[in-house]
Amino acid sequence: MSIIEAPKAHNPKALADQSKVPLTTATKSTSTTNACRMCMPLGACLAYVGFDATVPFLHGSQGCATYIRRYLISHFAEPMDIASSSVGEAATVFGGEANLRTGVTNVARVYKPEMIGMASTCLTETIGEDVPGMIARITHPETGLAAETGQRVPNLVFASTPSYAGTHADGYHAAVAAVVKAHAADGAETDSVNIFPGIISTADLRHLHEILDGYQLPHALLPDYSVRLDGATMARYEKLPAGGTSHAEVVASGRALASITLGGLVTTGVELAGDVLASDFGVEHLRMPLPIGIRLTDTFTDRLSELSGQPMPAWLDAERGRLVDAYIDGHKYAADRTAIVYGDEDLVLGIVSFLSEIGIKTVLAATGGHSGRLAAELAAVNPGRNIAVIDDSDFEEIEAAASELRPDLLIGHSKGYATSRRLGIPLVRVGLPIHDRVGAQRLHHLGYRGTQELFDRIINTLIQVRQDESEVGYSYM
Amino acid sequence: MKTPEAAPELPAKALAAVDVEAISALDLSRPDAGLAMPSGSPDPDGLVRDLVSFYPPRVQRKRSRHIKVNDPHEIPKIEANVRTAPGIITQRGCCYAGCKGVVLGPITDVLQIVHGPVGCSYYAWMTRRNQADVPDDAQNFLNYAFTTDMTENEIIFGGEKKLAQAIREAYEIFHPKAIAVFSTCPVGLIGDDVHAVAREMKAELGINIFGFSCEGYKGVSQSAGHHIANNGLFANVVGTEELPASMKTNPFRVNMLGEYNIGGDAFEIERILARCGIQLISTFSGNVQYSEIARSADANLNLIQCHRSINYMAEMMESKFGIPWLKVNFIGADSTAKSLRKIGRYFGDEDLIARIEVVIAQEMGELEPVRTDVRTRTNGRSVMMYVGGSRAHHYQALFSDIGMPTVSAGYEFAHRDDYEGSRVLDSITIDADSRNIEELTITPDPERFAPRKTEEELAALEAGGLKMHNYDGMMPEMAKGSIVVDDISHAELEHLIKVYKPAVVCSGIKDKYVIEKMGVPCKQLHNYDYGGPYAGFKGAINFYIEIDRMVNAEVWRLITPPWAAKKPA
Repeated sequence: MSIIEAPKAHNPKALADQSKVPLTTATKSTSTTNACRMCMPLGACLAYVGFDATVPFLHGSQGCATYIRRYLISHFAEPMDIASSSVGEAATVFGGEANLRTGVTNVARVYKPEMIGMASTCLTETIGEDVPGMIARITHPETGLAAETGQRVPNLVFASTPSYAGTHADGYHAAVAAVVKAHAADGAETDSVNIFPGIISTADLRHLHEILDGYQLPHALLPDYSVRLDGATMARYEKLPAGGTSHAEVVASGRALASITLGGLVTTGVELAGDVLASDFGVEHLRMPLPIGIRLTDTFTDRLSELSGQPMPAWLDAERGRLVDAYIDGHKYAADRTAIVYGDEDLVLGIVSFLSEIGIKTVLAATGGHSGRLAAELAAVNPGRNIAVIDDSDFEEIEAAASELRPDLLIGHSKGYATSRRLGIPLVRVGLPIHDRVGAQRLHHLGYRGTQELFDRIINTLIQVRQDESEVGYSYM
Repeated sequence: MKTPEAAPELPAKALAAVDVEAISALDLSRPDAGLAMPSGSPDPDGLVRDLVSFYPPRVQRKRSRHIKVNDPHEIPKIEANVRTAPGIITQRGCCYAGCKGVVLGPITDVLQIVHGPVGCSYYAWMTRRNQADVPDDAQNFLNYAFTTDMTENEIIFGGEKKLAQAIREAYEIFHPKAIAVFSTCPVGLIGDDVHAVAREMKAELGINIFGFSCEGYKGVSQSAGHHIANNGLFANVVGTEELPASMKTNPFRVNMLGEYNIGGDAFEIERILARCGIQLISTFSGNVQYSEIARSADANLNLIQCHRSINYMAEMMESKFGIPWLKVNFIGADSTAKSLRKIGRYFGDEDLIARIEVVIAQEMGELEPVRTDVRTRTNGRSVMMYVGGSRAHHYQALFSDIGMPTVSAGYEFAHRDDYEGSRVLDSITIDADSRNIEELTITPDPERFAPRKTEEELAALEAGGLKMHNYDGMMPEMAKGSIVVDDISHAELEHLIKVYKPAVVCSGIKDKYVIEKMGVPCKQLHNYDYGGPYAGFKGAINFYIEIDRMVNAEVWRLITPPWAAKKPA
């Protein structure tokens, strides 16, 4: 393994090179250094919060719930309650069923939820806990919790999410599939569409509603954490704030006209909710990339037009027009610039495709995910562009690549900040986690509007570098 | 690296004017009385009953033992350090968090590898905001998170080989002075022996490599991890190097235990100690390097800031090397002054005592105008705090400085002695969860054991009002009728806020937004809301200004719109 010297800061004003440690070249090492993905239970908890009156519940050591809470809370700046069965040493040896049962009792009593969204952790998966069996015993009509305590037992769903088997994105999709599998029902087809949005911002979720309403298309977003994770301050605190996909919507998802999964690049073996509905109830399942950039948003809106029989609403058409106008005005700043894009596979696919529309060359698309399909999907959307991809990656690799490739921009979440700082390359923050800026919840990424916001942020970042580098001090760029 | 410097000159006139005799007569052993409860506070006994009413009967009984109405003169017994009821949304973390996240994490030049799946390492990656001032020629791994990133393959077939390979590669790339390995939940379950791997790699690579069995499921909270970290650091690092003779010229040599340099607190403590002419050898663990900890056995006094997380280390160092320990509190201006006086009293040197007095006078001179000004806007406004294993106690002093009474407080992961004081140590029942955490048996080191004070000297100090190896705990310094809540749950917190309507609640990020949704500002005392330092004199000034801003910010008045305010309630 060769060692190269820590490169000097590109931008003399940058507070670069805090590190006293030499950077390494991009060699695949045994350990992961500064990971570019989080764990499966985190994604599961995030998904569960998007279902109405649901409390996420992790079966395992309480540290998992605590760490995940502090991470999601620092991104959304909102309360985020995750219960834990607090499995300790004794329960690790003798089994955690009693803990799980007490946990469910306490959550049911204090929070009175409609649903408890359960997920496993490394601990309970390694000792082989049979959570579905436990749930069956808790909900048993004669010997279950309701018979024992006289208390109503919420719906209990379970997703298997050991961190060693996948990423936070996998955990998210596993939880959504678990909810749908448990509660979707058959019946006469409706004219509603299921949208499986993936891990996107609360602003994006609200914008998706707006677009779908614009096509007068009845729909459900599964899940939808836009209210619970971007709430108002009203001088009172709701233990279980309202908002999210309703139980009725989950039940009806089995009778929908179609399902659309945005993104959905998951590790082999992780099931998508859209596939569950297709195989259980024959609901047509369309998978498409996140609608970022004009082409991918066109693909999405075109589908909505087909499904609704409605033309594009005038306001949306105008947003598209303004975005094209902005591309024309601004692409000169972008032309021939280079970027490294990193993060969740779905977001990387969307952003790289958008960048190629405005002339920014992605010199590296990196992700901690390992679906193995990112390169193929990128090539399909961007034929002839030969975009280098590293998956199952970490910041050791990304930083080594960045120090060689010297892109003009890094685009990704907050964990790239150290690289950005050391190399003096500006970072445009997208995705999750963003915990070094305010407003992560309010960032738009999707649709023409989200693309417009991304476009402005990216171009302005490039302009600022040019402006700062100029000795003249132009205020007219 | 903290290099001993000559203490700065202080005005000779001021030094000469210090009345050492009067200072030596001060009673430094008496707990400071907490500010009295505001008039009109609710009946505390009724409140405690209401607080648990929404739980099932069994949980009501359990929680009642953790919630007590305080009486500083007749301290009630409170249950602590027992397993959290499942499903109650707790603030507590895990054993791994206490070991890697808290105690070992801040050491800048020990390369730390988390043996486990990816999440555990990711979530402990710079999350505690420990700061460090690393010399140019030294390594700094603070912003690195190394993990073996276990996959299903290792869970089934074992991860020892992958761990050994990861250690080898890390060594080849970085050549660190030492490598520490941390176990996460699956490691103990699949039977990986991190200690054996560490031993083999230590022999192969020739640097110090040591492991920690800090699986997340051990103990009842991060507290178990602190203990395991103390044991490992003590057994593998402390006393393995000797302080060079050139650094042994100052007899007033101390270690600072339980100071993690969140927001730069340790920098401020270093500054104050240096002004007083006290030499700091090592801080466990903040702004600290491996060799400083290795040389810490050459100190003549251990100062304990966070008693909960590090008292084991102090006890073990006293048994093995003969270094006594003294509980201090550098949070709060008055308590900082008192702590410095205790150090002066311990060393018993008249010049040192005089220097300390002059430093206190100078620092207080700068601080008083700010405190007096802020106090006009904060006096009498109440505070609640539920945090940590020491902070919920220490910060009461800082609020007392500006006239704000603490009406309710509690720890996340402390033990009974942190509430009631060292005097209850013998009566603490050890349950199965704690029994599993190894208690090292320490005997005096045949070569290095040297009692810094004789039994007679210690007895004389005690008689003169200086309690050594003693912590009085939180409750003696809280008002009569205040409510103490151990391991508070969300539901209880919410109820207490509704009843007390405090001006500010101190907690951590997990509760911050719950509290602020209710229209009450929340000061995070884990990460300081990305501010600080709050320790020492300059830190106290920062804190006064910060609290003034928080409790008087315009935004709280904007929550209720004018049309809603007009409606009859």
